[in-house]
Amino acid sequence: MDGRRIDELRPLKIEVGTLDKADGSAYVEHGRNKILAAVYGPREAHPKHIALADRAVLRCRYHMAPFSTDERKSPAPSRRELELSKVIREALEPAVMSEYFPRSTIDIFIEVLQADAGTRCAGITAAALALADAGIPMRELVAGCAAGKVDGKVVLDLSDIEDKQGEADLPVALMPKSNVVSLLQMDGSLTEEEFKQALDMSVEACRRIHEMQREALRHRYHVVKDEADKEEEATEVNA
Amino acid sequence: MSATRQFSPVAKLEQKTVVDLIGKGKRVDDRGPEDYRPTTITLGVVEKANGSAQVYLGKTKVLAGVKIQPGTPFPDTPDEGILTVNAEFVPLASPNFEAGPPDENSIELARVVDRGIRESKAIDLKQLCIEPGKKVFMIFVDVYVLDHDGNLIDAAAMAALGALVNAKMHAFKVEKGEPVYLEEIIPVPMQNYPVSITSVKVDGTTVLDPCLEEEQVMSCRLTVTTGKDDSICAMQKGGLGFLSPDEIKKIVSTSISKARDLRAKMLSNVK
Repeated sequence: MDGRRIDELRPLKIEVGTLDKADGSAYVEHGRNKILAAVYGPREAHPKHIALADRAVLRCRYHMAPFSTDERKSPAPSRRELELSKVIREALEPAVMSEYFPRSTIDIFIEVLQADAGTRCAGITAAALALADAGIPMRELVAGCAAGKVDGKVVLDLSDIEDKQGEADLPVALMPKSNVVSLLQMDGSLTEEEFKQALDMSVEACRRIHEMQREALRHRYHVVKDEADKEEEATEVNA
Repeated sequence: MSATRQFSPVAKLEQKTVVDLIGKGKRVDDRGPEDYRPTTITLGVVEKANGSAQVYLGKTKVLAGVKIQPGTPFPDTPDEGILTVNAEFVPLASPNFEAGPPDENSIELARVVDRGIRESKAIDLKQLCIEPGKKVFMIFVDVYVLDHDGNLIDAAAMAALGALVNAKMHAFKVEKGEPVYLEEIIPVPMQNYPVSITSVKVDGTTVLDPCLEEEQVMSCRLTVTTGKDDSICAMQKGGLGFLSPDEIKKIVSTSISKARDLRAKMLSNVK
């Protein structure tokens, strides 16, 4: 609808390590979505009774800023946000090696600064990077992308207008290395054939996003390395 | 904040029995992998509600009630009635349920049931408009879980649909923007009958309609809701595991055919 091909992603901008205080963070612009994710942990479980003996407790909060939508959204967590916090956690949890940190918690915070359809998927893309940035051991990254149906056609990565006028929305999160889906939701109306088509399309898109995630992570480490090298040079000169 | 759930401690031995049986194509309650537990649905169990239905899915017991009241429409749909689905996991249903505001599990369940009804356009909401932009009828579907023996989503969806089919309201005409109720009693305008089918993956094998023991050892579940023309109207994956695209496609096609049987059976019982 915005001039893209049916299997074309919106422009994606990924930045890792954008926040100073968080153990890990990432910023993702997916089309007009602007999403910030931060990870704290592993840290001591608090309150103590939530701790698990055999692995870390993963906690996740997905939240939308009041100014992120057309109409102001109340800052109190809505039922939608509570549900999404749950499905996002369940999408990330299979990738995190939480068994390395028993009795601790890993907290994931996702703030949607501007929403334009597909926030949960972009949130997962960002949160997976924030986890990696925090140095938490992971089996692999997780990437998210939605497909849907607009004007009777199966299309990739709906924008806000398409989502509102469209007939179906299918958010998917993929663990690309093992080719398994860790988030799958759907609403609208799709035949079995259309569903298969949409699923394949979004899985393929997640792979592309995964490449960009890796690129962003690599870039982050080059930056850190360059800074470290410079500091080293500086100390040598001083000495 | 959503946190990793603590499961009620099930003895390792018991877990192993459940997993081993499923691996052999058998199940704890002697069903086959794709067998649904016997279901019974009783309509009109609560007289004061506009509609109600009680569903037994094996030993799982769910009650749903429908209440209809006039209210203000949403600004983006001024000429449509409002559908609200809420779920209560009442503490008497399971040792793991606690009193208090709805937790993420009951919110997820309510929202999955809501999506099935809404996206399949099960209710003709346009017919519930009294005065566009001012007054419409609001349909509240409240799901009460009374006994938890697994697969609450399917049982709740069935109870909600039963209660809606059972729901009656006074016919009305509109005078000066206010509804004037007539003698005649009419049903809620239904145009689709969504049915949810949930499968779980246990140790690489998928089985339909999990009982509680199976849910406790599952890696993940997938709910597929389909309408009367076999089109998929809602899906939800849950749990900490994952599924391959091929597994998903297989579950979807099994769910579609299973939903067809279940819908036919249910509607023949109801009408």
